[in-house]
Amino acid sequence: MDHHLILRVVTQILVAPILLYGLYVQFHGDFGPGGGFQAGVIFAVGFILYGIVFGLRRLRSKFPDHVIHKLVALGVLIYAGTGVVNMALGGNFLDYNVLSPDPVQGQHWGIIAVELGVGVTVFGVMMAIYYAFAGRPPSLDDKDW
Amino acid sequence: MMALVENHAPILVILIPLLAAPLAMLFGNKGLAFLLSLAASVASFLLSVYLLLLVRDGTVLSYHIGGWAPPLGIEYRVDAANALVLLIVSALSAVVLPFARTSIATEIAEKHHTLFYACFMLCFTGLMGVTITGDAFNVFVFLEVSSLSTYVLVALGAEKDRRALSAAYDYLILGTIGATFFVIGLGLIYMATGTLNMVDLAERLSTMESNRTVRSAFAFIVIGLGLKLAIYPLHRWLPGAYTYAPSAVSAFLAATATKVAIYAVLRFMMSVFSIKFGFEQDTMTYIIFPFAIIAMFAASLIAVYQINVKRMLAYSSIAQIGYMLLGIALFSTTGLSATLVHLFNHAVTKGALFLAVGAIIFQIGSPLMANMAGMGKKMPWTSAAIVIGGLSLIGVPGTVGFVSKWVLLTAALENGLWPISLAIVLSSLIAVVYVWKFVELLYLAPIDESVAAAANAKEVSLSMLVPMWILVLVSVWFGFDAEFTVQVANQAADSLFNGGFLKDAVIVGGEGR
Repeated sequence: MDHHLILRVVTQILVAPILLYGLYVQFHGDFGPGGGFQAGVIFAVGFILYGIVFGLRRLRSKFPDHVIHKLVALGVLIYAGTGVVNMALGGNFLDYNVLSPDPVQGQHWGIIAVELGVGVTVFGVMMAIYYAFAGRPPSLDDKDW
Repeated sequence: MMALVENHAPILVILIPLLAAPLAMLFGNKGLAFLLSLAASVASFLLSVYLLLLVRDGTVLSYHIGGWAPPLGIEYRVDAANALVLLIVSALSAVVLPFARTSIATEIAEKHHTLFYACFMLCFTGLMGVTITGDAFNVFVFLEVSSLSTYVLVALGAEKDRRALSAAYDYLILGTIGATFFVIGLGLIYMATGTLNMVDLAERLSTMESNRTVRSAFAFIVIGLGLKLAIYPLHRWLPGAYTYAPSAVSAFLAATATKVAIYAVLRFMMSVFSIKFGFEQDTMTYIIFPFAIIAMFAASLIAVYQINVKRMLAYSSIAQIGYMLLGIALFSTTGLSATLVHLFNHAVTKGALFLAVGAIIFQIGSPLMANMAGMGKKMPWTSAAIVIGGLSLIGVPGTVGFVSKWVLLTAALENGLWPISLAIVLSSLIAVVYVWKFVELLYLAPIDESVAAAANAKEVSLSMLVPMWILVLVSVWFGFDAEFTVQVANQAADSLFNGGFLKDAVIVGGEGR
């Protein structure tokens, strides 16, 4: 899209606020509408917009596939790991009360950690789906079937 | 360590494979991924045994996730019925994984091996989760976890045969319709009762027989889960998925996925919806019963005419599901007990058969029966495993298949339905035909020289023989000594049919708020 000057300039301006908004939704999720799922999607949208305008190759060189795959796994691990920490501290699985002497504070920290895990995985999955579709080789010849 | 197990066993069963999946992917090394998955499966298996020993006397265990007490919080609830299914799933996973390590070498590209283990662990987590949870919506969540990873596992067979892609797509569409129906049903009962905890649901639903919302919810849930468990007319996805999936995946799915769905349908029919409901008894008599009989005959007859051996076993699975449904439709404790004992017995038998057939395919590279002619001499151990597995499928005394059929016959006769017992025996005779057809080919036909690999085939390595023979020996052992399986199945049937699941539970771990 080298000749689309307006698109390129607008995208450059837009990407940063989109990412910022993603972070806002992520970390404000325990007070207002939002949370890891929405935040992960919004955060990924910033990158996908960049990929659409500046090309998949440039995006992929910064965020190679193996990093994305690791992120997908990492999010699940953060989620389950939070539960394991709770168990180590003497609570049930995902019982955030034990995270802090003050149970309300504990619930607060617990939900932030879990939502972070959700956000990371959703971001990774969105990126992986975009890579898979956008990076698909041209459709198969008949002989390949 | 012991305190951890004592306080958290119901969640650890799920948590260990759930942690193994992302860790396997993070390490990105297929050897490490394999070891992690195997360790997770074995740990889950040991925990399942521990849970089963705790609940086999009729105790019910309850674990409160997040420290929130049910009905508000999510509860994991273990009775003899789901402990038995947990045991089946985890045992099969632990047995199939070592086989998979060898067999996927020729079936899946090397760069996907780590992903294969991660997916396998997720599928395993999902199946265990559906089984152990006492929260109706949680069943849906875990059902999706297991289904989505199953679609990927089936599609991984595309490396060898591109038809795996369309098989996986079929399964994806039908599986999603099933899941959607199921969740619509859950939505309706939530609308009617305002709760999702199974025990709480059972209590509130017990007075709502004439409520139309509840009736439609029942229909949606039975059809939705029916798609997942391949009740006869809803079985279309099954043959393709089992045929084109990698051999180890076929073995694992055939032995566990439909069993877990049957357990889920039992849980909803017997525990959540009251068995006293007239519409439920009508469903049994006029829908499940005839389709179970049709499945026993039609699917067996279709199996006779298959040329692809995995497809033959897949159709045989549909017929076997017919037996399990027949046990449910008889609507008695003995009938349920027959279903539950057959869950275990069929898992062991079909697992062994799919592994043995997978070993032959591994050696000669073709799933067609004609190409496997004469393998009895080339691969004596694998062929012997097929013979014993086949005998168990037919129900010859001395194998687990006989125990299942015996309990089922007893249940049918108890209800005074002697024509049904005749049908059970007759349909077993069709199984004789398709098993003999294959065994005859293995031992008596000349080797198919047109396939180069068949002419030089050798016995497979121990890594494949040992898993296969563990299952074969288990099927013979419990064929001679059925006391343990039948006792557990009776206890489980009692818990389902007589409401043992709903009585006060022993709380494991922290008390909820």
